[in-house]
Amino acid sequence: MSAEKGMSRRAALMKVGVLLNSVVGVLLAVPIVRYLLSPVTREKKSGYESWLSLGRLEQFPAGQTRLATYRNPLVNDWDGETGNIACWVRRVDDQTFQVFAINCAHLGCPVRWFPQSSLFMCPCHGGAYYQDGSRASGPPERGLFQYRYKIDDGKLLIKAGEMPTPGQPVANKAGGCQTCA
Amino acid sequence: MRLIQELGDWFDLRLQLQTPIREIATHPVPRDTASWLYVFGSAAITCFMLQLVTGVLLALIYVPSAGEAWNSLQTLNHGVSLGWFIRALHGWGSTFMVAIVLIHMVQVFLFGAYKFPRELTWIVGVLLLLVTLGMAFTGQVLRFDQDAYWGLGIGASIASRIPVIGPWAVNLMLGGPIIAGTTLSRFFALHVFVVPGLLIAFVGVHLLMVLKLGINEWPMPGRIVRRDTYLQEYREMTHTKGVPFVPNAVWKDILFSGFILAAIAVCAVRFGPFGPGGQPDPTIIQTAPRPDFFFLWLYALLSFLPPSAETPILLIGPALGIVVLVVLPFVAGEGEKSWRRRPIAVLTILLVAVALGTLTHLAEHAPWSPVMDAWSSQPIPAEYLEGRTALERHGALVFQAKQCHNCHSLNNKGGQRGPALDSVALRLTEDQLIRQVIQGGGNMPAYGKNLSPAETTALVAFLKTLHPANQKPASNASQTVALGLSEESPR
Repeated sequence: MSAEKGMSRRAALMKVGVLLNSVVGVLLAVPIVRYLLSPVTREKKSGYESWLSLGRLEQFPAGQTRLATYRNPLVNDWDGETGNIACWVRRVDDQTFQVFAINCAHLGCPVRWFPQSSLFMCPCHGGAYYQDGSRASGPPERGLFQYRYKIDDGKLLIKAGEMPTPGQPVANKAGGCQTCA
Repeated sequence: MRLIQELGDWFDLRLQLQTPIREIATHPVPRDTASWLYVFGSAAITCFMLQLVTGVLLALIYVPSAGEAWNSLQTLNHGVSLGWFIRALHGWGSTFMVAIVLIHMVQVFLFGAYKFPRELTWIVGVLLLLVTLGMAFTGQVLRFDQDAYWGLGIGASIASRIPVIGPWAVNLMLGGPIIAGTTLSRFFALHVFVVPGLLIAFVGVHLLMVLKLGINEWPMPGRIVRRDTYLQEYREMTHTKGVPFVPNAVWKDILFSGFILAAIAVCAVRFGPFGPGGQPDPTIIQTAPRPDFFFLWLYALLSFLPPSAETPILLIGPALGIVVLVVLPFVAGEGEKSWRRRPIAVLTILLVAVALGTLTHLAEHAPWSPVMDAWSSQPIPAEYLEGRTALERHGALVFQAKQCHNCHSLNNKGGQRGPALDSVALRLTEDQLIRQVIQGGGNMPAYGKNLSPAETTALVAFLKTLHPANQKPASNASQTVALGLSEESPR
């Protein structure tokens, strides 16, 4: 009887031990999961996007579409060239612009502008877009992603900072845009 | 000699490994499994060993930082003695490993090895396939060049289409808002710690089960697997008629593994390392990203899926495929093992092989992509211009200048996105040509806004000349009659 009692006491202590480890495990899991989710939770807190200058307005002649680059607002020292992002700036008239993401709306490959035929073409799966960014042909389901822009002190600013993807196109997140196809 | 014996005894008293190792080595296997078709599993492990060794060697130099990775790969290729060879071994080793894992899978499928009692061995094998492909994809990312950068973009674009959590999945995959240093770091952690850890664990379980349950016997047509009799029958095959694994079967494994290692080394010396391609600078947009060989089929598939069905197929397809593979041993856990009596199994393999082979072949040519520089680098053949009028030649100029050539080929030069135009005048009348150019349609953009009336007239005049000399171009019969034109009207 006493042996059984001893066994049960040890078994109980073992259970206490297992319980202790479970509690500590959960306590440790919380910071670990939060650490892992930091790319997502950070975005919720302050957002990745901010207003960035693409340069002076004179760099973008009316009626033309030009490549512009900017440094992503959130970068680390070791990001190197990957922190530089390109986009296409179309100046429709004096005060009207369209700023297109470089990423094809199909799967994100870099689209190229052909001024002669006024088309954007994608080298990956053959998506093509008209000069206003609307879909011309190929697999994309929609037109090119557009950044919000504003003109400030003779400079063209865009709201950017996150890679646009079919699930999160910049313009839509910014509250819709008129010219999106 | 006596010293070695004593040393061995000293260790074995402490490790006590001699008996279990001997048991494993000499465990009986069915006589006919000592076959050249039973060597792929061990060859896959040999490849993995090579990957472990060469991977550690590469990690001595490689810098997993977005700003430095590409430079460190250049140093490996050019600055470290034989660094290029280690990279080549690792790259070719991965190609061989994926190929051998696939061959192994086909072999065990056709030999019915997934049937009772080896269902779990098969399921772990499916996990091993996924983990191996995971190694191949993450490894491709570590070769941090343009293809890796835009390949990540494609991965992020696919992940973003997951309903509800898509945008979060992208941030989680990239480790931030864009493809940058944190992205490379997490793929490094996956490729070097997480996925290999899983791979080692799964290989351990897989091998343990092969030992405990025994290797699948050579299937004979008519020898039916039944749950209540199989174990007894298998015991008969091994313990009374079987042969010891060492040396009867193992010599073929050893020879084949040696042959595979030699083949990898020969490929490494002959063809060298993979890349790296251009610098991972997203502002350099003159690039046509392509995935590595084993993902080319997917790249091709992505250009053929209809846009509306693409997202569901991309998200459900892989999950469905995995479910089918996992459920297979439970649906077909008994019955015939021999591929001679399983025509559907053989046809499935053939179908999958032909489909993957065709897609891979297509992706090597990528006919769906415009040839971005065809308009400036590939001239219109001289015979298409000889004896033409000034208007027609001006049309040829418009054809080049408006990048028509990027998507349409002439004399097999130029893009293949649209149809070849060598005999377009046979298919379309003048009116149809004008309509097609101005309104587009099919898969062609509308050029109405980009061509002046004069340019359109010239272009169509040129297109009307594109037909074989001995065949009459298409004409609108009703128009011919109405206008009272003769059948013999010029061109």
